[in-house]
Amino acid sequence: MTVERLLLLSFLIFSIGLFGVLARRHVIAILLSLELMFNSVNLAILAVAWHQGWLTGVLIVLFGIAITVAEVAVGLSLFLLAERIRRTTCADDLSALKG
Amino acid sequence: MTDLLFWVLAASLTCCALGVVLSRSLFRAAYWLAGALVTTALLYLALTAPLLAAVQLLLYTGGVLTLVVFALVMTAQGDDPTRWRRPIPAMVLALLVFAVLASYLPGLEPGPALGQAQGGLDDGMAAGVELFTRYLVPFELLSVLLLGAIFGALVIARKDEEAP
Repeated sequence: MTVERLLLLSFLIFSIGLFGVLARRHVIAILLSLELMFNSVNLAILAVAWHQGWLTGVLIVLFGIAITVAEVAVGLSLFLLAERIRRTTCADDLSALKG
Repeated sequence: MTDLLFWVLAASLTCCALGVVLSRSLFRAAYWLAGALVTTALLYLALTAPLLAAVQLLLYTGGVLTLVVFALVMTAQGDDPTRWRRPIPAMVLALLVFAVLASYLPGLEPGPALGQAQGGLDDGMAAGVELFTRYLVPFELLSVLLLGAIFGALVIARKDEEAP
């Protein structure tokens, strides 16, 4: 296990998540892919921290996880609101802000 | 840390990630995500960070999965019949991003001995002291952020009974 392999793994997961965000239509599917991307970034930070013996990396990942959970809570409540008002779960139909 | 364990975890994480992105049923996607998060927690454990592994399992896997499954049940939207939107350009872009990220790898500076510089990452006491001295202000700000997120989620998702 080397830091290069770990970073490569995290880049791979990031790209898979990016594909999901770009290619899926359902809002929750996009949110799940987004979680995957967050997770890969945390993994990359921790890999570098492990490589450098850098204790602050642990705290940064800790903060990152807490912020992600807050983001999921707000995102899901937005999803529930969109489902109730617009009767849609497809991201393509939520285009009211489009110029 | 054996190489075999890393390859097993890496293969499992990649499979779970592909499952999240490709599965038609959103419940299955959520369970694949749980698998990916648990595998990441095991990787954290292998990277000598047991505190993060515990937080990942408790907060991330438990919290996020509960929220997502709950939202899916609330809206009874288990399946995603029209799931793809221009998958080929998305795949090309994702591969491009991966290539650009991977091209930075050879320029990485070699660091000190792996995980040994300050006695590893599993020093919970040092992490706690850092958290409550140097990172006290971000820590408190985080609590405000979480409070704001709770109130924001409540206000957004509330049913307006007397709305016009």
